[in-house]
Amino acid sequence: MMTSEKITFYIDEIECTATQGQSILEAADENGVYIPRLCHQPDLLPGGSCRVCTVSANGRNQAACTTPVANDMIIENGSEEILDLRRAVIEMLFIEGNHYCPMCERSGNCELQAIAYRLKILAPRFPFMFPSRKLDATHPGIFIDGNRCIQCGRCVRAAQQIDKKPILGFIGRGGAVRIKASSTEGLKGVDISPDDACVKACPVGAIIVKDTAYRKPIGERMFDKQPIGSEIEARRTS
Amino acid sequence: MAKPRIATTSLAGCFGCHMSVLDIDERILKLAELVDFDKSPINDIKRFSADCAVGLIEGGCCNDENVEILRAFRKRCKVLVAVGECALMGGLPAMRNGVPLKECLREAYLDGPSVVDGLIPADAELPLLLDQVYPCNEVVKIDYYLPGCPPSADLIWEALVALLTGNDADLPYELIKYD
Amino acid sequence: MTAMDTKTLAGEIKAIANTEDNRRTRLINVVRKVQLSYGHVSQEMVGMIAEALGIERVEVEGVVSFYHFLSGKPVGRFPVYLNTSAVSEMMGMSEVADAFEKAAGIRFGETSGDGLFSLQYTSCIGMNDQEPAALVGGVPFTSLTAERATEIITALKSGNTPAELVEKYGYGDGNNANELVRSMVNNNLRKRGDILFGERENGAAIRKAVAMTPDEVITEVKTSKLRGRGGAGFPTGMKWDFCRRAESEKHFVFCNADEGEPGTFTNRVMLTEIPDLVFEGMTVAGYAIGSHKGILYLREEYIYLLEYLEDVLEKRRQAGLLGKAVAGRKGFDFDIRIQPGAGAYICGEESALINSSEGKRGEPRDRPPFPVVSGYMGHPTLVNNVETLAAAARVIEQGGEWFASYGSGESSGTKLLSISGDCQKPGVYELPMGMTVRVALQVVGAQDAAAVQVGGPSGTFIGEEHFDRKICYDDLGTGGAMMVFGPRRDILETVLNFARFFEDESCGWCVPCRVGTGLMHAKIKKIMAGNGTRTDLEEMESWGRSIAAASRCGLGQSAANPELTTLANFRKVYEERIKEDEYLTGFDLERAVEDACEATGRTAIHE
Ligand SMILES: Cc1cc2nc3c(=O)[nH]c(=O)nc-3n(C[C@H](O)[C@H](O)[C@H](O)COP(=O)(O)O)c2cc1C
Ligand code: SF4
Ligand code: SF4
Ligand code: FES
Repeated sequence: MMTSEKITFYIDEIECTATQGQSILEAADENGVYIPRLCHQPDLLPGGSCRVCTVSANGRNQAACTTPVANDMIIENGSEEILDLRRAVIEMLFIEGNHYCPMCERSGNCELQAIAYRLKILAPRFPFMFPSRKLDATHPGIFIDGNRCIQCGRCVRAAQQIDKKPILGFIGRGGAVRIKASSTEGLKGVDISPDDACVKACPVGAIIVKDTAYRKPIGERMFDKQPIGSEIEARRTS
Repeated sequence: MAKPRIATTSLAGCFGCHMSVLDIDERILKLAELVDFDKSPINDIKRFSADCAVGLIEGGCCNDENVEILRAFRKRCKVLVAVGECALMGGLPAMRNGVPLKECLREAYLDGPSVVDGLIPADAELPLLLDQVYPCNEVVKIDYYLPGCPPSADLIWEALVALLTGNDADLPYELIKYD
Repeated sequence: MTAMDTKTLAGEIKAIANTEDNRRTRLINVVRKVQLSYGHVSQEMVGMIAEALGIERVEVEGVVSFYHFLSGKPVGRFPVYLNTSAVSEMMGMSEVADAFEKAAGIRFGETSGDGLFSLQYTSCIGMNDQEPAALVGGVPFTSLTAERATEIITALKSGNTPAELVEKYGYGDGNNANELVRSMVNNNLRKRGDILFGERENGAAIRKAVAMTPDEVITEVKTSKLRGRGGAGFPTGMKWDFCRRAESEKHFVFCNADEGEPGTFTNRVMLTEIPDLVFEGMTVAGYAIGSHKGILYLREEYIYLLEYLEDVLEKRRQAGLLGKAVAGRKGFDFDIRIQPGAGAYICGEESALINSSEGKRGEPRDRPPFPVVSGYMGHPTLVNNVETLAAAARVIEQGGEWFASYGSGESSGTKLLSISGDCQKPGVYELPMGMTVRVALQVVGAQDAAAVQVGGPSGTFIGEEHFDRKICYDDLGTGGAMMVFGPRRDILETVLNFARFFEDESCGWCVPCRVGTGLMHAKIKKIMAGNGTRTDLEEMESWGRSIAAASRCGLGQSAANPELTTLANFRKVYEERIKEDEYLTGFDLERAVEDACEATGRTAIHE
């Protein structure tokens, strides 16, 4: 395999370099170009489920996190069409669950919200679904609020791939897919602790460590002033 | 030329968004130069005196009175703006949407731990609760949305100025917040 | 359950897991057997299965809750699954449903108190030519009427078995009467073409293949210009070539008999009448790509054919056409196993089919890597449609050029069409590729057709002005489905049916499909309720395009086709339904206060 071979590709006309075998998203990151993502986490295998990272690669829509970059590939990341597609996907996530940001422990540090801010979404175009979802508060230190789960699967993959204990999984199909702890007793019945990668993986306010919320005042939270992705964009030397 | 008129109302909200309107501080004087306030809790005018250019709606619809007021606003205002999370998506009151209304009533007025001699209020004067809390745009057409709980005074100001001057609002990053 | 019962149950479940060698990859098989034995897979059983296979219980629960025919709550001893396909609805499904409810004394979604019956709807069971149809206790009952439905329930209540009833109603044509099938299903095979239903001799293709080198076999398939019959139309020879060239110690051949696209029932007829040809194709493919193992993924709805198919396999083994040194060719060992599905349209998607065969939830995988490079258990895997494999066998037997002399241009050979709906002779037809829709309509006796749906819900809806278009890869592609709608049918009813189908069948993995299919369903309902506006039509188009553009697999990518193709070809139907208002909502104040009125004893007074 010629894994270390360097290749050249273009994102919105910016010339970038990458190593053969990298995904578009990884390569873009290294070149200081931010592609929004929710279900992707660098230390996990990609899931390809949120579709927020959709780009147009050589004219075809592809998820940047699962598509390998290729030599001379021409990628559209910032076109109005792509941005609108991403907005639509983010808006779908807001209306699919019950996201009461004003009272959420993760507000201000939430990746879903932060991408919505970055894309300047004022309100979703779709009607709210107000689903009935469950809260698993059985564990003394951690809870899972299904209302806020976006089914990104990061916790599931982190439990399998990093913590090496598949204690979380999906049940149901289609709109009824839900995250679940692998025990009849809920979270209390599984071996989980606040330091586990699966707990830290959650990009939204669905998995919360009790007694840790609302520590930072409004204005000092992660995404209050800086749009998500700024740290990646800072890598770019213009 | 007559100044454009603004009306405001608080439906299933907490008046927080109205407080935020007041929070534009001294700019409120400038606003008063630009517009006349019609029906609004700010001036305590209870009825529309004329058709308005802009209606600001705080809160979603949790009862039939909310619906009737909102419909009246739609009739009398050229542009309707949903102000704040509750108007936009139901907000906190909509947290009851996952529970059937009868169950909510039973829990609140009959079975709840702090209830003594429970009774579900049925006075004819009270508005009738809706089965769910509805975001405003499910009841009438909404033209613009200002998110936030409440939306910051700056956001309200920027948006109003843009509306009244007919320009596009180019909202800076810090102003779009959902909390 | 008492402690003793639990222990017995645990022992029984352990024994069931043992029949599948306690292999995690056989989870679907294990869970199916538990479902069949106990009528459901309870939380307790989930734990026992997990323990027996050495996996987490959430993995078991994830599987049980994914597939239609698996259930966490008890179903009846005779579960009734009534087909909700569009054609079933057209042919009187709702009267049949009413009759089932009345006779069984329960509503759909319920199980009767005596534990005898449960009533459920299910997506197309592949019987569109004999609707309404239902599976009762796993046995297909076709051409149902309200009287028949009542009779079935009454007879089962009084101790008859479904098999006895089928015997009474009479077996269907052809091999449906075979003693291992004994089904009332009819083939309705109305046109046998030269390729799939031509004269042939068992083993001829294999003997010819093993006399050639694998590369020669692949070249022959390339010469035939055969392309995949499952929908995507990928050149078959090229796929075989890719798979052969992917290095690995093992290669696998899958025959995709999931046939879930509503309106498609060609595989059903092939597996009933020419299973040997299908297995022959799998074997030839196995030889070509260097594989020792073939797997037929058989949808649960066709499980009534299982025993018969197993018997066909056994006979082939005895004839030396499977097993060690196939057809006498040293070094070419090849056998076939049948993997039952458990009810999920998405499992027809090749990577979901592979996941399902590994005992997982039927969620598709990301591509790349493609299955030909990394598929079943990480090995290079060839997935072909039933018809593709059967055709490939004939290609080897008769030569690629012979095959290519049928059909037209880049679409060679013949295509099996399953035609249903408003026509005189619904059934299966082997017709040359490239024939026009009009010709097909004449053949089936549907001269007054007003609309035709080609390719099932994920395909295209066309009107009379398009009837001269051709059924082929460059124009109207289809995995076989063709549904005919007469002039009095309401097209939007069908669009609604398809929209519900996609919402039901989305695997739920990715956002645009999971959420978008529900949004589209709600939109079409809004329009049909008389609350649609021009804005709704525009939104439906734009949302539909977004769902197609952002979804991960073919399901989501085509889930908006019912709306998009009818908005393009039957816009008038929508325009007649919408109102000219700028904004309309389904919000109904009187209905919204009903609960409050009931709870308070008040009456609402609104202007
Ligand atoms: C949602 C979905 C369902 C599918 N169902 C089937 C099916 O039932 N049978 C089939 O052969 N192919 C089906 N396919 C196509 C398969 O993914 C695959 O392309 C096909 O089996 C390849 O075989 P072929 O090349 O012989 O056509 C489906 C695809 C999607 C996206
Ligand atoms: S709980 Fe969090 S990490 Fe897990 S699937 Fe839900 S949103 Fe993703
Ligand atoms: S498009 Fe639909 S069926 Fe395909 S992966 Fe996404 S959710 Fe699953
Ligand atoms: S980050 Fe790529 S699909 Fe979610």
